Amino acid sequence: MEDKKNIINIEHVTKRFKVGEGEFEALTDINLKFKTGEFAGLVGPSGSGKTTLLNIMGSLDSPTEGKAIVMGKNISDLSHKQAAELRNRHIGFVFQVYNLLPVYTVFENVEFALILQNIGKAERKKMVMDALEWVGLENMADKKPAKISGGEGQRVAIARAMVKRPEIVLADEPTANLDANNAHAIMQTMKQLNNELNTTFLFSTHDEKVMGYLERIVHLEDGKVAEDEYVTKTKYNI
Amino acid sequence: MKLALHLAYKNLMGSGLRTWLNVAVLSFAYVVIILYNGMIDGWNQQAKRDSIAWEYGRGHLLHTDYDPYDPFTLQDGHGTLPKDKSQNLTPILIRQVSIYPQGRMISVSLKGIATEQSILKLPTNLLKQSKAAIPGIVGKRMATSANLKEGDQVLLRWRDKNGTFDAADITIAGIFDTDVPTVDGGQIWIPIEKLWEMTGFTEHATMFIAGNAYQHELQEEWNFRSQEDLLKELNDIIAMKKISGSIMYFLLLAIALLAIFDTQVLSIFRRQKEIGTYISLGMTRWQVVWLFTIEGSMYSILATILGSIYGVPLFVYLAKKGIGMPVASQDMGIAVAERIFPVYGIGLILSTIVLVVVSATLVSFLPARKIAKMDPVDALKGKLQ
Repeated sequence: MEDKKNIINIEHVTKRFKVGEGEFEALTDINLKFKTGEFAGLVGPSGSGKTTLLNIMGSLDSPTEGKAIVMGKNISDLSHKQAAELRNRHIGFVFQVYNLLPVYTVFENVEFALILQNIGKAERKKMVMDALEWVGLENMADKKPAKISGGEGQRVAIARAMVKRPEIVLADEPTANLDANNAHAIMQTMKQLNNELNTTFLFSTHDEKVMGYLERIVHLEDGKVAEDEYVTKTKYNI
Repeated sequence: MKLALHLAYKNLMGSGLRTWLNVAVLSFAYVVIILYNGMIDGWNQQAKRDSIAWEYGRGHLLHTDYDPYDPFTLQDGHGTLPKDKSQNLTPILIRQVSIYPQGRMISVSLKGIATEQSILKLPTNLLKQSKAAIPGIVGKRMATSANLKEGDQVLLRWRDKNGTFDAADITIAGIFDTDVPTVDGGQIWIPIEKLWEMTGFTEHATMFIAGNAYQHELQEEWNFRSQEDLLKELNDIIAMKKISGSIMYFLLLAIALLAIFDTQVLSIFRRQKEIGTYISLGMTRWQVVWLFTIEGSMYSILATILGSIYGVPLFVYLAKKGIGMPVASQDMGIAVAERIFPVYGIGLILSTIVLVVVSATLVSFLPARKIAKMDPVDALKGKLQ
């Protein structure tokens, strides 16, 4: 791990939200570093700040204090356009409820990020089909999200996140809506992609099954890092 | 742009019935706006054409004491014009007289006109051909109101230049059909020579109708009103009609635009997660605003296509067959044909399309602006109110 470069640096990050007349501190003085190729998770109960931290790392939000440096860029200094560019080229998201676009087919959902990058049609097609093959859905390219199962939907979301070969994938409770078999299948897919493509995967979760695959677990409690643990032997191996 | 169009099209098609309801209402607005304006333009052209043919010619040379809007001026508003000054002019002498059809007394304008004239479409040749002592022609409105038929004789009472009453029977030599009520209702046309003889106002005229070759020169005691000047009143009436009618179609357009606005507001509220997803995938907020605006304006594009599908055959049919006008409308005092043939100019069609597309884009943009202020995290959670 030591010879890999830091891809995410969280330095003294504090995040406060306005709640009515007062403020709620979701994160307090967080300091974390993630290296390329890590398969790590932010773990903690609801309200511990894991999704907030994930959103900051994904440039969807910015810290109230401190610095969040992702791919060498300070999130707070980015314009909307620069943040969009960072997400489009370097960060993939996997959400708890998949967030697939209902009017598009599986193929079009996965293709979307590539269209934003102005990649040519032929190349797009190859990249999309490769991504669908990684998640085992190459035969479902023409189906609409409403016609596939939850597990398949989440795999489409993974393909969508991975198709542009991002350096970082941020997955927010990716198994929360899945049964145990599908949860394992999803985690195995992501671990495999992590191994093959050296993509950094960061999860927010409180699912034991997910934790069983993580090589590093950052425990958050009340917006603070309670423990940062490297797992030498994961429960589940790929 | 291509992406926005593609996505907007996909989203609209994916919305199914809601899209088609909006498109149907908007296309109906299109068709009504074009049809109504086409009808007004058709009426405008017909009214101008008929008014020139039946009443205006190239213009009117009016005696200075005669005011067409004041019947009291008919008494003294007449005079003579030297022969060399009356080239390409048809004289008309107007007198107020009474007729007694079936014992009723009706006050009418008796108009003497040169029987050889060819400037106006009035069938004055019927006066020339008639063997009656005093032949007269009337329009169908006059014939209906006075219960007159061709060949009828009706008692006519008039005053000569000394103010002495005289009376004689007039024979209806013909009944003409015109869309111009101002040469029809409450008037009888007779040969001007006969009227000169009856009144003693030999060579007098109240007004002259100018022919195509007429070149106006300033005449003492005579005022010239050009064709354009005379048509101005007609244009003003039609413009007023257009404005009053436009209220109706603006209301219709407003309903259609309100439906789009409402759909957009609901859509943005309902599709918060989708908006958050677009942003997380790398779209800027303004790209998403643009996407939703394009979606809204695409309603107008689809409405143009749908409107064309059923509107064009309807327009063509009505342009050929015309639109029947109710009898009452022909008594409005301006030229209204029994059937109006709508005219659809390219300017009308293009301006309507531009109006609808711009309006639809604007009402789509207004609610979509909210996206630019959205917090993507809240949008992803569907938390925005």
